[in-house]
Amino acid sequence: METLLSIKDLTIDFDQGKRFVRALHGVSLTVARGEVLGVVGESGCGKSITWLAALGLLGSRARIAGSVLLNGQEIAGAAENDLAGLRGGRIAMIFQDPSSSLNPVHRIGRQIVEALKLHRGLSGASADVEAARLLDQVGIANAKRRLREYPHEMSGGMNQRIMIAMALAGEPDLLIADEPTTALDATIQAQILVLLTELRRDTGMAQVLISHDLGVVADMSDRVAVMYGGRVIEEADTGSLFDNPAHPYTKGLIAALPDIDGPRRRLESIPGTVPAPDRLPPGCSFAPRCAIATKICDARMPAFLPYGESQSHFAACIKCRSDAPSEAAALADHKNALVPA
Amino acid sequence: MSPLLQVKDLKRHYEVHVPSGLFGRKASLKAVDGVSFSIEKGQTLGLVGESGCGKSTTAKLVLGLIPASAGTVEFDGTPVTARHDARWRALRQRMQMIYQDPLGALDRRLPVITQIAEPFEIHYPQMPAVERTERAAQLMDAVGLRPDMAMRYPHELSGGQRQRVVIARALALEPDLLVCDEPVSALDVSIQAQVLNLLDDLRERTGFAALFISHDLKVVRQMSDQVAVMYLGRIIESGLPEDVFRRPQHPYTKALVSAIPTPARRGKRERIVLEGDPPSPVDVPSGCSFHTRCPIAQASCRHEVPQLVRSGSHAVACHLVNSGAAPAVQAAE
Repeated sequence: METLLSIKDLTIDFDQGKRFVRALHGVSLTVARGEVLGVVGESGCGKSITWLAALGLLGSRARIAGSVLLNGQEIAGAAENDLAGLRGGRIAMIFQDPSSSLNPVHRIGRQIVEALKLHRGLSGASADVEAARLLDQVGIANAKRRLREYPHEMSGGMNQRIMIAMALAGEPDLLIADEPTTALDATIQAQILVLLTELRRDTGMAQVLISHDLGVVADMSDRVAVMYGGRVIEEADTGSLFDNPAHPYTKGLIAALPDIDGPRRRLESIPGTVPAPDRLPPGCSFAPRCAIATKICDARMPAFLPYGESQSHFAACIKCRSDAPSEAAALADHKNALVPA
Repeated sequence: MSPLLQVKDLKRHYEVHVPSGLFGRKASLKAVDGVSFSIEKGQTLGLVGESGCGKSTTAKLVLGLIPASAGTVEFDGTPVTARHDARWRALRQRMQMIYQDPLGALDRRLPVITQIAEPFEIHYPQMPAVERTERAAQLMDAVGLRPDMAMRYPHELSGGQRQRVVIARALALEPDLLVCDEPVSALDVSIQAQVLNLLDDLRERTGFAALFISHDLKVVRQMSDQVAVMYLGRIIESGLPEDVFRRPQHPYTKALVSAIPTPARRGKRERIVLEGDPPSPVDVPSGCSFHTRCPIAQASCRHEVPQLVRSGSHAVACHLVNSGAAPAVQAAE
């Protein structure tokens, strides 16, 4: 599949006044055309800032290094003017809380037309017609009347549909959805997930779905990346990741989730908490909470290597490869690393 | 044996002003509209529903924090009223609660051990300070907080640790009933499992009964002996979690259950997607309040309010289900 966006070795350091704290430690991810990439992880693991950094939305206190290629063109550190055309045009983003992303004092119609003017150069009657068509596309009935309403006159689910309509205004190649259904009720969440699936089918738009909810990600994604402590620690096709998870953290997340079917079992919790970005342990950042960690895990962060037979399943864990043939290599590697330079 | 908590036909209506015409008009917001349930000693009742369905109002009514418009709450044979007199305080000693946001429930200017010991100060003023601190330290140990955290302030703890402090404080007086309103909704998955397991262990050890409120069906199933599903201020289905969630009868419960995304069911299920949003509790539809979104509603559903009809332990409030005329909307068993 043709690569649409590729992030390579992205690091982010936040300026804390006296020092820099590294929040992202070399993240590499790709999104192919028309693909849905799910990104899961707990709060503070870097799943949102990866994409905010890629779009240059983190502000001046963040120092960003690495490369972000959109269709082979470098956009990391691009001039603000160039980025303005990309944001909303080629790549659109929607957030968890739609009501705080919409302007409360402008009518819905005006806000959608603004996006149409900016990205498609439409104005006047043609913009109004297109705005009504977009509302129709996101499943809002009575579009003409709705365009004259204000965000507070609509429910949370409706506002999220408006946000999606605005995101579609620029006909983007990629939609980044950051926790798009977290603030919504279960039945409304189901509606929005169906809408996102339909849009993908109709427009072929690639999506990045950022969520802490493994169920949502499992349902929607082709491929899933699991993040922990500012790194991608496992990445695989959705089926492979949930049927055959490699990393103990991924296994832990799945086992910590209560079921709705089957016999009730005691939940397996992961002890401890996510470490703060400035207090990461020296080796594998998950080692202090890991049930199978040994001394070798404290030496350094394990490499992100293929797991099992699959060519598309990767994990950053020394222990989960202990029965794979590469164990000797990993150990030898480890010994080399211990030799002081 | 009479149940520990008996709630009968509980209602809470608010007078509200809705914009209409020049001066608006008065309307009645029916937050809770005729809810009945009971909880036996040591049992947990799970209450699920979407936002605005009246779950949290029910919790406040049960504790007597707000007065009911109609109906009764009886705790161990004694009526619970919203008159905050000595009798109510004596009851409250045996009924404690846990909320979603632990930071809001804790005092940011007091070290956590002082807050855990505070219930002793209030209810046992004659208890020596040394004993209070000692008991608080035992509680910290029971909820898995390290002794060196005793003098920390809430902002120095993580979200999961704060919720543990709230749980320790709620259990200080060994209550018979614990009302938990979305106790794990603000926590990350791995921490959520820790807190749910902790509540389970403590319940086994101390034998408290619980009213467990959550919007998350998976969490409710994990924790409850009985569940009740609420929609617009009424219970529309109740029973054992196995029955209600595996063989839901009410079309709303069916949709809720089918809408849960889980890794295990990925790709294999068919979602029943309801149209539209839940109606406002100010303008509750006539008849069955779910008929506006119900995929199988018939003309009669618009006029008559369905009653909860019990068969065995399972109760459903739906005309079509109860008359046996419900067409199958279930997509996949």
